[in-house]
Amino acid sequence: MCRIGAIKSLNPIHPSMALTLMLSQQKGHDNSGFAIVMKDLYGIFEPYKDKPLLSYSCTEKGKTIIEEFMMEKGFSKKIFRWEPPVKPFKGMDFAKMPFYGFDVFNYPDNLMNAPWETKEDALLDTRLELRKLLEETGDGFVFSFWPDVLTLKEIGNPNHIGEYFDLWTKRDDILSKNIVIQYRQNTNYEIVRYAAHPFFLQGYTLCANGENTFYVKNKECQKSLHKGYIGFESDSQCFLYTLHYIHHELKWPLPYYKHVITPLPFEDIDKMEAEKQKSLYKIRESLAHLEINGPNTIIGLLPDNLMFTCCDSKKLRPVVVASDGVTTVITSEVCGVNDVLPNRDPEKDIYPNEREIVAITNDMEIKRWKQQ
Amino acid sequence: MEATVKINEITQNDLDWKICYDSERCTRCGKCIATCTFNALEMQVEKRAYTAVEPELDNPTAHKRKFKAVPVVKQISDLNHKCVGCGMCEKVCPNEAIKPERNIDSREALINHPGGSPIKRGGRTNLSTERTLDKIKVGRISQMTDPSLDAQRHTFDLKTPFGRILGPEELPTKFIDDEMKIEGPTPPVRWIYPIIIGDMSIGALSTRAWEAICIATAYLNEKHGIQIRMCSGEGGMPIKLLKSKYLKYMILQIASGHFGWNRIIKAMPEMVEDPAGILIKIGQGAKPGDGGLLMAAKVAKHIQEIRGVPKSDLLSPPNHQGLYSIEESVQKMFLSMNAAFQFRVPVAIKVAASSSSVSVYNNLLRDPYHIVGGFFMDGIQGGTGAAHQVSLDHTGHPVISKVRDAYLAATAQGKQGRIPLFAGGGMGMTYDLAADAFKAICLGANGIFAGKIFIQLLGCIGNDNGRCNQCNTGLCPTGICTQDYRLVQRLDIDKGAEAIVNYMLNVDTELKKMMAPIGNSSLPVGRSDALVSVDKDIASKLQIPFVC
Repeated sequence: MCRIGAIKSLNPIHPSMALTLMLSQQKGHDNSGFAIVMKDLYGIFEPYKDKPLLSYSCTEKGKTIIEEFMMEKGFSKKIFRWEPPVKPFKGMDFAKMPFYGFDVFNYPDNLMNAPWETKEDALLDTRLELRKLLEETGDGFVFSFWPDVLTLKEIGNPNHIGEYFDLWTKRDDILSKNIVIQYRQNTNYEIVRYAAHPFFLQGYTLCANGENTFYVKNKECQKSLHKGYIGFESDSQCFLYTLHYIHHELKWPLPYYKHVITPLPFEDIDKMEAEKQKSLYKIRESLAHLEINGPNTIIGLLPDNLMFTCCDSKKLRPVVVASDGVTTVITSEVCGVNDVLPNRDPEKDIYPNEREIVAITNDMEIKRWKQQ
Repeated sequence: MEATVKINEITQNDLDWKICYDSERCTRCGKCIATCTFNALEMQVEKRAYTAVEPELDNPTAHKRKFKAVPVVKQISDLNHKCVGCGMCEKVCPNEAIKPERNIDSREALINHPGGSPIKRGGRTNLSTERTLDKIKVGRISQMTDPSLDAQRHTFDLKTPFGRILGPEELPTKFIDDEMKIEGPTPPVRWIYPIIIGDMSIGALSTRAWEAICIATAYLNEKHGIQIRMCSGEGGMPIKLLKSKYLKYMILQIASGHFGWNRIIKAMPEMVEDPAGILIKIGQGAKPGDGGLLMAAKVAKHIQEIRGVPKSDLLSPPNHQGLYSIEESVQKMFLSMNAAFQFRVPVAIKVAASSSSVSVYNNLLRDPYHIVGGFFMDGIQGGTGAAHQVSLDHTGHPVISKVRDAYLAATAQGKQGRIPLFAGGGMGMTYDLAADAFKAICLGANGIFAGKIFIQLLGCIGNDNGRCNQCNTGLCPTGICTQDYRLVQRLDIDKGAEAIVNYMLNVDTELKKMMAPIGNSSLPVGRSDALVSVDKDIASKLQIPFVC
């Protein structure tokens, strides 16, 4: 089972806190990868919050491909590049790429004053085209292209990856108020970087653990729903695409995500008042192929930075939500929370049930919404 | 010189079934002859030789060859009275003295064409009995990372939609305080058990057999919460049922003969419940492209009343005369059937699986009125009450690849599930209805429909190996497919219903037993990754893994 975690804080935090959160949760022989998404950035990225940030890793040739492509697409004004400092060491156990880049661009002239819907469409198109281009030659990976979002993914021993990028050393350069992270535990050895969650699409970030037993159904349905629903390297990508579809495309409130992925049993729906029954039946009819059937825990982050978690309908995967009032953590196992929030009151920890969405607002309020 | 044998005379060894008789065990009670509805047996007298000891004065051990007349039961070697292997004689014989035996050297199919007529019969194909479903296994077992479920402990939602499903973007939703409201009309959708008792009419079946299935349907719904639905078949149903609350469990069929609909329409003002649905039958898997025929022999008085017809052969034409295209059928027939029940009842279509089925399905998916509430595809292994043998054995299309094709075609358009798919034709052929349903569902069907297995549960002894299959003759030895008032008494309605109920309760458990190992509590519609095939070609066609 992958160990997943997310931290939300009133004060910007460093990735080392997320690594600490995951460290004690490591189990088993595999731990085949690591991925982190940081959102609402501070430190060196703070001045560029409204500018799109491209997160990628590539070969030297890939660097040229990316530069030429971005130029061609009108993203000619690269205004900031962060190349993470790397510290190679003996016995390093991961498949590193030659280059890791985090480039901030100005919008092209035609997008500068465009409405947000046009911008987000253009940013997605750009990322998808770039991904395709890099896939053709195998020269790189592009993980996100979005304002105020930084993504890093690698395959290998997660602790080594953290050490290589010097993420264990707490510094003030790379900070954010939201971090979603995964230590990958995968039994499938034919893995690719895109398969590592958290996944990202148009402001939505999501990671999950467990198996998506309705993966084929989900995938077959999603393929025709949106141009951004591609890849499917991991069965967990389906959870992100459904979230995006329900919340972004259909514009339904978040609780309906839960109604779609884990519909209530008919015997429960039938006890409800007629109007509610009708809507729940219609959802179940229309979106039957987006249902998940466990076992999963999901951690999601919305474009407005609301962080949430929910589980499969039988609660077959663990998750805990804990807070000290300033920082709130959602993660697979409580041992990780004890390491990063040792002074919280553990009696207030929340172990969400199978019918809940537990959400954390930007002012650290914890909201619990029950599916009924 | 006279020939020692007249080879053109029909004898026992020309026929499919030979009576095996032991006169030593026979008590001449006559039950076998009385019970044989095909008059295939008769009492005859056989000349038997025996040796009798007749002592003489000078020869106390003298014996003579003598003869005696022995009454015996004999098979009539006549095509009009041929034995069909039903085994009723064996069933009634108190002394195990008689039984039919299959004649593997039979010439019957070659010679049974009196006046040039083709062989007609009921039942399923007896030629294409190999099944795709039996070469598919549920190979994806949840074990460690995704635990299997407990079939006894977890809640399983064994329901499937029946009715036109709108896409989420088509739903008339409105949000008030983040609460979804459905404002405006939507097509009627019923969530039903994924197994439908397929269309067998009163007429094809005896009223008693039909009633037994009705009782089982109602019992499963009312007592066990299994929302199984039964399709009436063409020919209507008793007025009493039309006006009862149990109508909600019935799917009314309209086929090309439109039999019974005058009574249905007349009963509408007095209906207390809507029917579960309407099924427009365009074609049938057992005899695709062929119409229906209820022989005059089966058009008894009560059938005349229910169908509103005189005693004569009742012909349902091969097509719905007046419909010339898919579009027209949607507009005219579906619209009028929807309108008849004021758009409260789902209206579905049943077609014979065919090379063109996917085109038809695609067309219906695009119907702008959203009024096609189900697509029933009936494969070559489907059963019937009467058909030409050549149709049963040689025309038609297996349903499994076709249902998969239809599902994948809908998937490619992002429209899977919009018109629920139901697969039929040979479901339950090996008596594994739950496994058949489960596999068809994983391949993309929303559910299945089955007919033959339910009359087999009632007591029909017909099978796919040439046994009986005389549903068309009015002489059904089990009283199931006949209107003869004496024969129908052979069926015990309550025991027949009980057999169906027991079997369906077992199916319900078995379905859960198949869902639990793959870790699913909802029907795995389209979850093809749960399946593997031990046949490479089947695996390739259905896009599932090949295993060996």
